[in-house]
Amino acid sequence: MNIYVLLKRTFDTEEKITLSNGKINEDGAEFIINPYDEYAVEEAIQVRDAQGGEVTVISVGTEEAEKQLRTALAMGADKAVLINIEDDIENGDQFTTAKIIGEYLKDKNADLIIAGNVAIDGGSGQVGPRVAEILGIPYITTITKLDIENGNVSVIRDVEGDSETIEASLPLLVTAQQGLNEPRYPSLPGIMKAKKKPLEELELDDLDLEEDDVEAKTKTIEIYLPAKKEAGKVLDGEISAQVTELVQLLRSEAKVI
Amino acid sequence: MARKFLVLGEVRDGSLRNVSFEAIGAAKLAADGGEIVGVLVGDSVQNFGNELIQYGADRVIAVENDQLKQYTSDGYAQSLLAVIEQEKPEGIFFGHTALGKDLAPKLAGKLESGLISDVTSIEEEGGNIVFTRPIYSGKAFEKKIVTAGVIFATIRPNNIEPLAKDESRSGDVSTLSVDIKDLRTIIKDVVRKASEGVDLSEAKVIIAGGRGVKSEDGFEPLKELAQVLGGAVGASRGACDADYCDYSLQIGQTGKVVTPDLYIACGISGAIQHLAGMSNSKVIVAINKDPEANIFNVADYGIVGDLFEVVPLLTEEFKKLKVNA
Repeated sequence: MNIYVLLKRTFDTEEKITLSNGKINEDGAEFIINPYDEYAVEEAIQVRDAQGGEVTVISVGTEEAEKQLRTALAMGADKAVLINIEDDIENGDQFTTAKIIGEYLKDKNADLIIAGNVAIDGGSGQVGPRVAEILGIPYITTITKLDIENGNVSVIRDVEGDSETIEASLPLLVTAQQGLNEPRYPSLPGIMKAKKKPLEELELDDLDLEEDDVEAKTKTIEIYLPAKKEAGKVLDGEISAQVTELVQLLRSEAKVI
Repeated sequence: MARKFLVLGEVRDGSLRNVSFEAIGAAKLAADGGEIVGVLVGDSVQNFGNELIQYGADRVIAVENDQLKQYTSDGYAQSLLAVIEQEKPEGIFFGHTALGKDLAPKLAGKLESGLISDVTSIEEEGGNIVFTRPIYSGKAFEKKIVTAGVIFATIRPNNIEPLAKDESRSGDVSTLSVDIKDLRTIIKDVVRKASEGVDLSEAKVIIAGGRGVKSEDGFEPLKELAQVLGGAVGASRGACDADYCDYSLQIGQTGKVVTPDLYIACGISGAIQHLAGMSNSKVIVAINKDPEANIFNVADYGIVGDLFEVVPLLTEEFKKLKVNA
């Protein structure tokens, strides 16, 4: 089975967000594999171990993403591909990323592509379905279970708390929802092995793409931080009196009840 | 510049979702006087047309087919592409729901268009439609415009006001026949876990529990309070990881991002990842035994105390209010 994972390097969830010159300040921030993509890596490894084949992890970004790709290799992925757009693209969007990944994957005969259902930074959740559309293959988003037998796929999809059992066949793209699996930590031997695993670096030229081909369809005109919330009123007195006061405040002051 | 907009009316459990009315409100802001065309897709949905019109659509097109009884991205995409082909709108809006999130990127991809996901407000600025949306799960916001193709957007529930329902409004509800074929994903079964209570992403009131809830049974008083207030129950990652509840309830940077009118956090310490998922709620109440808990820094009102004492009292107090009302 020829399995591909789409992986994004994102800010650690612990990070506070600050701005400098109207952009998100990355100085000193810790970066991680997007948590939903971590489920994707884990699932790909499990499918390969059960079915045979190879797991290739792809990321579109800058050379800094090599660290997250190495982590995926240390978890057990076989190969990694970094499509470095640092010199070519300044303001890409989801169309840009999907177009690049689609171009890379179009002649790879992928059987299964797994992505996270959303990245915790941009939060758009578009790239997976857009890649499937470019490749002309079906997709199922926010899955919590994946079973493959003789090329037939059965998945459970989380739909706002409901569970849909869906059948499809390969090739297929799925996006991972929390609960799909428990991602493993890289083992020490895994980390050692990962250093020797192949990590290919490509640029737009290598994919025969021009900057115009991948030009964004949207534009960000401003980034800002939400107004800082002032600490509110902590009530005191007997608990029952506090409860009565709270209900009054919610009615008359906050007017939400 | 007047622009024509399509809005998908999403039917769930036999009624239109509120977010579809909000999406019509959003389209009104973007259309600048242009026509709003409601779109319905399903096996028998025409009868919802009038309600879309009462909420501000000028007319409605229904695509009906037995193959559209359940949502599939292929079936819905074929339907909407046929409507887009016929109507040639400037833009199309969806709710930022499981369906909207799944479908909109496929259509935007097919039409090589820009899609702005999870929109919380819309304004017109110098001839552009400017969309505001949260990034980093609400730790920051960005303003975006679509620069090429059809203007696609998914509208986050509970943020943009719907128009007031006007029962005197009328308009044309027509049907469009579309040949639905080659569905590549087949839904075999649906298990309703969310059937108890209101959906989290659309709830006006959320009662959320954290590690302080201590067990699966510990969620019972929260459920009772949610029921009295017509709200939904949510959870922090801590509560989910400890197996007190299902991951579908998780609110935070991983999990759902919510913006209800009232958020009551019970036994939640307030890790930065959780705050990212709820701190843009309109009013936040924190109930926690630990007066130093971080959740008090974002709460409008706080009670330092044991949730198992406070929550049942709150439920009683709200019940009284209901009886008196």
